[in-house]
Amino acid sequence: MEIFKNMMYILMTSAIVENVVLAKFLGCCPFLGVSKKLDSAVGMSSAVIFVMIMATAVTWPIYTFMLEPNGLGYLQTIVFILVIAALVQLVEFIMKKYMKPLYQALGVYLPLITTNCAVLGLTLLNLENHYGFLESLVNALGSGIGFMIAMVLFAGVRGKMESCDFPESFKGIPSTLIAASIVSMSFMGFADVANGIFR
Amino acid sequence: MDKEKISLSVLTKGIIKENPVLVLILGTCPTLAVTTLAVNGIGMGLAATFVLVCSNIVISLLKNVIPDKVRIPCYIVIIAGFVTILSSLLEAFFPSIYSALGLFLQLIVVNCIILGRAEMFASKNGVVASALDGLGMGLGFTLALLMIGSIREILGAGTWFGIPLTVNLFSPISIFILAPGGFFVYGCVIALVNKLTKGRAIKKKDFSCEGCPSAGACGSCSGCSAEKGENK
Repeated sequence: MEIFKNMMYILMTSAIVENVVLAKFLGCCPFLGVSKKLDSAVGMSSAVIFVMIMATAVTWPIYTFMLEPNGLGYLQTIVFILVIAALVQLVEFIMKKYMKPLYQALGVYLPLITTNCAVLGLTLLNLENHYGFLESLVNALGSGIGFMIAMVLFAGVRGKMESCDFPESFKGIPSTLIAASIVSMSFMGFADVANGIFR
Repeated sequence: MDKEKISLSVLTKGIIKENPVLVLILGTCPTLAVTTLAVNGIGMGLAATFVLVCSNIVISLLKNVIPDKVRIPCYIVIIAGFVTILSSLLEAFFPSIYSALGLFLQLIVVNCIILGRAEMFASKNGVVASALDGLGMGLGFTLALLMIGSIREILGAGTWFGIPLTVNLFSPISIFILAPGGFFVYGCVIALVNKLTKGRAIKKKDFSCEGCPSAGACGSCSGCSAEKGENK
């Protein structure tokens, strides 16, 4: 029961309270770039959830059983980025061959998130927080879900913004950023919710 | 003489006309995350400048050796190598900056500015020009971060580089050093730049690929490439 509670706490914290995009600023580029249409936002974020879990499942053992015992912890950045890049490529090949429908849904987005800073950032954060293997996986799932929530919400906001009349110099990127600021402010309302429920 | 002129323009275009953060909108994640204090902004900017100059030099030296098909992984390894060197150096000599930048120091690896310059400039130009381009882009990045960091620190904490400024004027609006303030100030600064340049700066269409210098290379700026993918 204690373990379950802890897992739920991590999931809740990473998905909502400490949202990857809106609180930790990881993965801002796809957040601002791909959130124009709802379906591409959903596609992109499902691919991110998938890659985050895969990347965590591979990089955690590599760090714990290969780098750390040999005193090579400082190589983590180089090793992780290469592992993530190779992994994504591999998954793409396998999906193309054996899982056609899944590939059609996520295929376009897969290569793009190789170097998404949310994925690399998450794998490094897991180690920084000294999470165990299961905790890391739960954290990856939570962060992915958090990314999806942010993307889908923001796609809706941007849909509404299309019809607004902004001052000339605020058109485009500045107005998007300010909308993001307001969405992010609403997420601050969740602060301490996870603590209140699970601790 | 002519050559000197060229290299000077290479150096300055990164600072103003093609400022990576304010005009090209690259590297948004570190821009938003570390600019809670002006001094962090400078630290991040100089760290990225170091990596940018070094990786540009090495990549332009190796541009004839690296096979075209595997160039992106090669670039990433070179960049990651310099990031590792840099983070060890900072940890040893500037532990306060190291802990303030935290995760985002490692994430310089996936900063679109660096990969973008490697692909667009260093892989096509000579060593000196690449080094200058890296320096210019890096300084432009530093300047933008300093600006955003200063605004957020003054409004949000009432200090500038740790010096109290607004003690008797107004109480600090602490939301400016939290996440929403980051988005807000960044948006306002871009709007200001738009207003001042009145479109004289490179017109970047709303997140489309045409304006993105690293559309082909850049996985990190997935926005551009994703939309390109959709258009196919």
